[in-house]
Amino acid sequence: MNAAPSPWTDARSAARLLAADPHGLRGAVVRAAPGPVRERWLDDLRGALQPGTPWRRLPPAIGDDGLLGGLDLAATLAAGRPVARAGLLAQADGGIVVVPMAERLPAGTASRLAAALDTGTVADRPARFGLILLDEGEADETVAEALADRLAFRIDLSGVGSDAGTDAGSDAGSDVGSGDPEAEPSAAGADTTAAEPDPVGSLCALAEAFGVASLRAPILAARVVRALAADGPVGRDHVTVAARLVLAPRATRLPPREPDSPEAAAPPREDPPADPPPEADVADPAIPDAPDDVVLEAVRAAIPPNLLDQLLSGQQRLAAARAGRVGQAAAARTGRPVGSRRGDPRRERLDLLATLRAAAPWQAVRRAGQTTRPIVVRRDDLRIRILRQRTETTTVFCVDASGSAALERLAEAKGAVELLLAEAYVRRDRVALVAFRGGGAELVLPPTRSLTRAKRGLSGLPGGGGTPLASGIDAAVAVAIGVRRSGSRPAIVLLTDGRANVARSGEGGRARAGAEALQAARAVRAAGLPALVVDTGSRGEEARAVADAMGARYLKLPRAEAGQLSAAVRAAL
Amino acid sequence: MPPAASSLRVPTFPFSAIVGQDEMRQALLIAAVDPVVGGVLVFGDRGTGKSTAIRALAALLPPMRAVAGCPYSCDPGSPAEACPHCASGGPRRSHKTPVPVVDLPLGATEDRVVGTLDLERALGAGVKAFEPGLLARANRGFLYIDEVNLLEDHLVDLLLDVAASGVNTVEREGLSLRHPARFVLVGSGNPEEGELRPQLLDRFGLACEVVTPRDIPTRIAVVRARDAYERDPAAFCAAQEGEEKKIRKRILLARERLPEVRVPDAALERAARLCLALGTDGLRGELTLMRTARALAALDGADAVTDEHIRRIAPASLRHRLRRNPLDESGSTARVERALAEVFA
Repeated sequence: MNAAPSPWTDARSAARLLAADPHGLRGAVVRAAPGPVRERWLDDLRGALQPGTPWRRLPPAIGDDGLLGGLDLAATLAAGRPVARAGLLAQADGGIVVVPMAERLPAGTASRLAAALDTGTVADRPARFGLILLDEGEADETVAEALADRLAFRIDLSGVGSDAGTDAGSDAGSDVGSGDPEAEPSAAGADTTAAEPDPVGSLCALAEAFGVASLRAPILAARVVRALAADGPVGRDHVTVAARLVLAPRATRLPPREPDSPEAAAPPREDPPADPPPEADVADPAIPDAPDDVVLEAVRAAIPPNLLDQLLSGQQRLAAARAGRVGQAAAARTGRPVGSRRGDPRRERLDLLATLRAAAPWQAVRRAGQTTRPIVVRRDDLRIRILRQRTETTTVFCVDASGSAALERLAEAKGAVELLLAEAYVRRDRVALVAFRGGGAELVLPPTRSLTRAKRGLSGLPGGGGTPLASGIDAAVAVAIGVRRSGSRPAIVLLTDGRANVARSGEGGRARAGAEALQAARAVRAAGLPALVVDTGSRGEEARAVADAMGARYLKLPRAEAGQLSAAVRAAL
Repeated sequence: MPPAASSLRVPTFPFSAIVGQDEMRQALLIAAVDPVVGGVLVFGDRGTGKSTAIRALAALLPPMRAVAGCPYSCDPGSPAEACPHCASGGPRRSHKTPVPVVDLPLGATEDRVVGTLDLERALGAGVKAFEPGLLARANRGFLYIDEVNLLEDHLVDLLLDVAASGVNTVEREGLSLRHPARFVLVGSGNPEEGELRPQLLDRFGLACEVVTPRDIPTRIAVVRARDAYERDPAAFCAAQEGEEKKIRKRILLARERLPEVRVPDAALERAARLCLALGTDGLRGELTLMRTARALAALDGADAVTDEHIRRIAPASLRHRLRRNPLDESGSTARVERALAEVFA
């Protein structure tokens, strides 16, 4: 029965369910690169909708009047009387709103969408829509969790198509096509239905078992169960499908496995097959001793492979990184308009509303002279936007966590990060922490100003091993450039003794590691990133050479303590 | 396929049907009884019913009397001069209107919050008129900011000023006016995503922490209630109407009783000692503690504030006022509990 249907089959089941009740299930996050697979899924969804159902695509930089409704300026000017228009959300009532590049969605838009989803109305018009968030994010970019949490489904199509072999692109379309026909009937009860006396109870137990904290998930899953059962009796397979679709992608942990089911010990994690293989022995419906176990296994099998790998390796950082996206996005807008001033719109951005506002009071007077034009705007009325650059700074600490002295140095760095963060708390600055040791570098603390997250990130920072300085600098540069791209001002603080002995490849060797480190350091200068090198070694000039290559300030602090360090950083940057 | 206008009014999830989260519900009720306590902040995990509770409160509150046609919903008994609409003369007929609960979305423009030149009238009739913003609509009601910790700084500044004075002063586009803007600020957010500025934090009277219920029976109860509601909102709300009425009545009785609730000197001393033990800045801590304890006593139908009331409300009214060692491991709630144990020993 529940022989781990392919991600594509599950995705199609989700599309069908969603098409039947867009607002009830609120929608889906679809993680996939733009391409034939994603288009095909969207086409499926669209095809399954009732004909005539509204389908709207959200333009990336939509304003409030476009989204929620407001004055239709063009029509107003033409008609000479106020013409209101419904916003995009109200137009989509009963249908679907598709948000491309949802990982870049401004926090303001996300919160408006969330409020509209909750209330089903926008400006007193009905707006009961389902939301499709198309997530094209790179590794760490994800959709605003506040919004994703409200949607029933999380569909990951990034594995679909590339699973058959090594080549991804062209294979995708045909692969999916061939998977289709036999996928069709599997979703809704091909199996003899074991009755489920208490679907809500089992869903809650499942959510708890998989560490799904938000209560929206079991609520949405219960709704999916009802949709699947179609007012008939609820069977266990309904619960299974709902849990697989709604709960599995949100799992944050794996329930402990029953020791007496050894054959289930190898769920298809590396390669979820496109066609369901005959794997019926995994969970035989004939012998369910504990009713939940069957469902549990099915859900476990549906956890996306990359998520499963993370869960198995005990990594939880992904969830933390996700949680921070909203905050980052909110802080990331560069040049927020803070008002307008008189000026030439050929050089700057015209502020249309302000221009009209400036012209409005004079219209009666001006029309007296020439009556042909409905609105007379003079040069004096033209207003341009004042954009204010954010002056927020993000300090990227790049800490040498290698070797014997590392523990002490690490404690200093942690202390300094905490002190700077305490100031950032007032100044609204952010900090990030990259640590390098052994084979490579690791982003311990993504840019944040949250004390809660910082504490958690810092507490689990290990030390020891070789010194992969080049990898460390590379990672810090990557973070700093990301910070700059998001509109904030990065600064790198490198704490090291400069004695690199591990190359980028992870191999030892002082000479090569040193050369690579200098090369990486030159990239800092090339990128024009302000930097500070704190030399924690007691002798030697290696760190100074790195600082020179970076074009960075150099500071020798062999025995820095946290307070001193944070003072030095503040003074230097 | 637009639904008929009548089917649009899906009743909101009733306040009385919210399972658990007692501290948050209690805080919201206190703010409903005595708006002077100064706002409620709800911080916590996702999907714990923060938004639901606040939206439900709007439906729960008994309607208020307001001047008909006044964009600021003035109290008919208030002095007319304070309001630009009422000051223009004319009869002040009153009507019943629901208590406003206004959403302030992230990224709202200053224009929308403060109010601006009425473009329609300016273009259409060449009249310079003021178009009231969200602050005007929230007067005498609630201003709800979801993800308040992500609110942009310039809006925070603006809110701080208005919340402190109760008056919105508009000086823009040639407009110059002041209008009343007294509202209860309700904020919610997830501390994982950013901290709230201390200045704004201090303006909130009560701060609640909500966490996802960890025990399965509670979770099941929450999901059941929500599921039943979504199946048939109207029937669910009808079944809950009795409970809703009870809470509504409790709020009304508490409002009547509030002026008569005594705050004995002993209680004030307790509050002062508690605040001293915690080292809170300024006197806002004591003031809020006293006010919230009084509102709580009124809700309970008591004549005077007792130690019990102070003990119950102290965590919510003080935990966000502690001078923070920002990275102190022990949570502020634990610190308040410790101080409580000391003072009430």
